[in-house]
Amino acid sequence: MKVEDLYQEIILDHYRGKHHSGLREPYEAEVHHVNPSCGDEVTLRVHVADGVVSDVSYEAVGCSISQASTSVMSDLVIGEPVGEGLGLHDEFLTMMQSKGAYEPDEDQLEDAIAFVGVARFPARVKCALLGWSAFKDAVLRAGVPETEERV
Amino acid sequence: MSAPASVVGSEDIAFDVDHIRADFPILEREVDGRPLVYLDSANTSQKPRCVVEAIEDHYLNHNANVARAMHVLGAESTEAFEGGRRVVADFIGATRPEEVIFTKNASEALNLCAHTLGSGLKPGDEIVISVMEHHSNIVPWQLLAERTGATLRWFDVTDDGRLDLVAAAAEGLVNERTKIISVAYVSNVLGTVNPVTEIAALGHAVGAAVVLDASQAVPQLPVDVAALGADLVAFTGHKMVGPTGIGVLWGRYDLLAELPPFLGGGEMIEVVKMTGSTFAAPPHRFEAGTPPIAQSVGLGAAAGYLSAIGMPAIAAHEQEITAYALEGLKTVAGLRILGPSEPVERGGAVSFTLPDIHPHDISQLLDSRGIAVRGGHHCARPLHERFGVQSSTRASFYLYTTTAEIDALVDGLGYTQRFFGGTR
Repeated sequence: MKVEDLYQEIILDHYRGKHHSGLREPYEAEVHHVNPSCGDEVTLRVHVADGVVSDVSYEAVGCSISQASTSVMSDLVIGEPVGEGLGLHDEFLTMMQSKGAYEPDEDQLEDAIAFVGVARFPARVKCALLGWSAFKDAVLRAGVPETEERV
Repeated sequence: MSAPASVVGSEDIAFDVDHIRADFPILEREVDGRPLVYLDSANTSQKPRCVVEAIEDHYLNHNANVARAMHVLGAESTEAFEGGRRVVADFIGATRPEEVIFTKNASEALNLCAHTLGSGLKPGDEIVISVMEHHSNIVPWQLLAERTGATLRWFDVTDDGRLDLVAAAAEGLVNERTKIISVAYVSNVLGTVNPVTEIAALGHAVGAAVVLDASQAVPQLPVDVAALGADLVAFTGHKMVGPTGIGVLWGRYDLLAELPPFLGGGEMIEVVKMTGSTFAAPPHRFEAGTPPIAQSVGLGAAAGYLSAIGMPAIAAHEQEITAYALEGLKTVAGLRILGPSEPVERGGAVSFTLPDIHPHDISQLLDSRGIAVRGGHHCARPLHERFGVQSSTRASFYLYTTTAEIDALVDGLGYTQRFFGGTR
């Protein structure tokens, strides 16, 4: 198991230039998640309009894995129907709990397939899940009916 | 790279690191074909063969419960358990073995202090701790303050990582309302050695009890509890080449004799009746249930091992290695050392940050080269907040640490910077 398997170039690219970073309005829910073992933190907002995740914005501090994973997640879920977004969360979670024994579907997970190597480093799985867990929590809290929108 | 001549070479002591390393089989391990470089001793120390063998011999040849079995093994076990207590008492300069209470770790020892010493606190009373404490010397006092309505107050630290006693004096931090002061002897993050005798005098002048968290001090400094001036001193076995599962609380006997029990159960009683119970004298009053028997045997062997090498020699080695590490780390571009940057009143733990590289990524890259360090907040989140950083990387040293290992660390940090700088 080499460290290069963990730090794929895609992950480093997202870490160096995070997508969709920064907190924006409008949003229906804002959550704050922490990884108590390392202190990584993310504040994340979701904006849902007409049943679609129309924005995910966040401010985060943490390691390259947690930062890159949050960036990749925002790319994947923005523009997707809420149900699809939650489905992506579940698929990513399955991959991270696989200990690496997982054949990711690139059409579905896109850049997120780079994290399959992280699944073989148990201490780092929580890092990769931080942003995704925050997203799921925020979407469920937003809980807006498909036609309603608040600012 | 060479360390300052004023440090290395000035000590004429027979301290042979290679010889010592031969006592620690784990140090011969390789990680992915590279020799293990273990720089995480402030987290837990490695164990010499003699400690492991003492525990093995106890379990294989003498095992029984203590202080109750009326048979040969029971007598041998009791003698071995109490023998461990005597060795530890000697090691720290306790006046008598009954001043040594065995707990499961330093955290339990500090919780014991908070529960017993703090049982009579009331609103208006004050407890003073410091910003540089480990969570185990913060949370028990926060809980005590919540239970009793007492107020928790804090020593701040200077930017150089020393307790800010000047600011404390100016704001009257320690005053007639202060009932308890509890501070670290040596910081687990900054390495700072605090002026604990001065703090004890400060506390006693206002009638406060003084507790020390000596978890990082007892492993690396000669400690004479009777001379420190504190009332209670907590530390743990596993950081001083002993086993996990045993901690120590030393207390002045007359104070211990006044304190109420902590946990209830077997072993800590005198007479139990349905109408109520009376309690054993210290130390057994504070040792409910079957104690850490084999661990006491192991800790006794550990203290014996450290004594045979000599704590002054171990402390001198720690100073040399720390000085060498501080010099080496200063050559790494952008590296910021948290805490004292000179090896003065400073122990062998060095925490640092690198610009734009998270401690978890640093630890991971170093691990890929067989170098074990710790990344995170080291159970001292308030201290990291005080220094405006989310977390840090910590390298910590012990009697078996070599200058070659420090060189490997410095090289590894260069590799880490190249890796994340995109020039791997």
